[in-house]
Amino acid sequence: MSPPHSDALVRVRDLKFAHGTRVIYDGVDLDIPRGKVTAIMGPSGTGKTTLLRLIGGQWQPGAGTISFDGVTVHSQSRTQLFEMRKRMGMLFQNGALLTDLTVFDNVAFPLREHTELPESMIRDLVLMKLQAVGLRGARDLYPEELSGGMSRRVALARAIALDPALVMYDEPFTGQDPISMGVLMRLIRTLNDALGLTSIVVSHDVEEVLSICDHAYVIAGGKVLGSGTAADVRASQSERVQQFLKGEPDGPVPFHYKAAPYAEDLMRVKS
Amino acid sequence: MISILGNYLQGIGRSFFFLLQVIAASPSALLRPRLMAQQLYSVGVLSLVIVVLSGSFIGMVLALQFYRTLQVFGAGDSLGVAIALSVVREFGPVVTALLFAGRAGSALAAEIGLMKATDQLSGMEMMAVDPLKRVIAPRFLAGVISMPLLSFIFTVMAIGVAGGHAIGVSLLGVDAGSYWAGIREVLHGDDIRDALIKTLTFGVACSWIAVYQGYHAAPTSAGVARATTNTVVISSLAILALDFILTAFMF
Repeated sequence: MSPPHSDALVRVRDLKFAHGTRVIYDGVDLDIPRGKVTAIMGPSGTGKTTLLRLIGGQWQPGAGTISFDGVTVHSQSRTQLFEMRKRMGMLFQNGALLTDLTVFDNVAFPLREHTELPESMIRDLVLMKLQAVGLRGARDLYPEELSGGMSRRVALARAIALDPALVMYDEPFTGQDPISMGVLMRLIRTLNDALGLTSIVVSHDVEEVLSICDHAYVIAGGKVLGSGTAADVRASQSERVQQFLKGEPDGPVPFHYKAAPYAEDLMRVKS
Repeated sequence: MISILGNYLQGIGRSFFFLLQVIAASPSALLRPRLMAQQLYSVGVLSLVIVVLSGSFIGMVLALQFYRTLQVFGAGDSLGVAIALSVVREFGPVVTALLFAGRAGSALAAEIGLMKATDQLSGMEMMAVDPLKRVIAPRFLAGVISMPLLSFIFTVMAIGVAGGHAIGVSLLGVDAGSYWAGIREVLHGDDIRDALIKTLTFGVACSWIAVYQGYHAAPTSAGVARATTNTVVISSLAILALDFILTAFMF
């Protein structure tokens, strides 16, 4: 094992994955270092969410291996996989809160399902987690009464309820106003450091995610285009990385979706 | 043509496999009485009103129709028997199941489909909670348990209280004694056993179709709408077809 990556919590090797005929990953290697915030960036539709589902073992890779803390995820039995997932938290894009439960019960849900703790202790734990995300006062609200940013914070409290080793964030900043964006950014960073977590943040909000991550990967077209610290990525020589970072409409990733030549298409007579 | 048939068979295979998974997840759901009580309430208790009202109306209509026909042969006193046999053997199980599919089955499919569309089911999986045990099995079991009870209530309403008895005895003037005596004489344990078999079969079929459609709904608004419609359409056809098969065997 090479020293720089020997402390990787999640290790992805030569990952290949396809949705039907659409190839999402074509040989990807990633290392998620322990105790750090790692950003996975890339244009929409490059399968960033897919990666999280693969790490969580919800989907099976076509080829290659994904290991979590030294154990291969996709060769686990269902029971082993569920044990493994108790050590992972995942924050879905829309929060994925259970709509028939209050904020309090949502955060208590994993504790009640997986522990035999007395109700008084569950209450203390839930209030601690809610305090950490600043929503202790919202405990009696239902998910439909929360704003988008608040639901994500509740979902974050729920994701850390079992004190996992790894927290995965799926597009945490999408559709957030500047304040709740700032709140989420600070939460991701401080929770990671305070609780000794390892975080994976999947996002295409370049500036936000680069400002909080220790390490970043840029993925597009099924390949890793660039990786390193935020400065490394910014200084990348790859045209595609630069296009992505600067948000240029045309470049190696073309503005036009693949199509027949324009003139030919217009002149074509419907038969 | 072959691919359509292939898809169709594949769907049937998948749904049977799904049923086995749900049954395997059922014991752990039964061990959680609070979860079961919640589902029995939303599947069973909330279906009570429609079942009670429909039972009464069907009983009343049957009383009017049968009385007219029976009078032609001067057998108006057998009204109780005619109503009781048709309700216990056919109307009770079948109409309850059709109402159940419309009221509870569609709600189950829509609820599960929406939970899937909003990532609540994958969220549970990622929290190491098996949605089959936590969400699907309790709902399936609640459906299977509720159906015979609802069917029983339907039958009682249709024959007595506000249904056939109200119209036959109070309005048409059939003697109350002969109404009930006829029923006691003709209605046997066999009829009730057959009715129970029917209603249990329908309960399994309806709940199975509803949870399967919900769980396999495409995670979009159109997908949830299709799952809900499919649940009602497939359940209704399944109930009527199964009813014919079961009746043919029990005849």
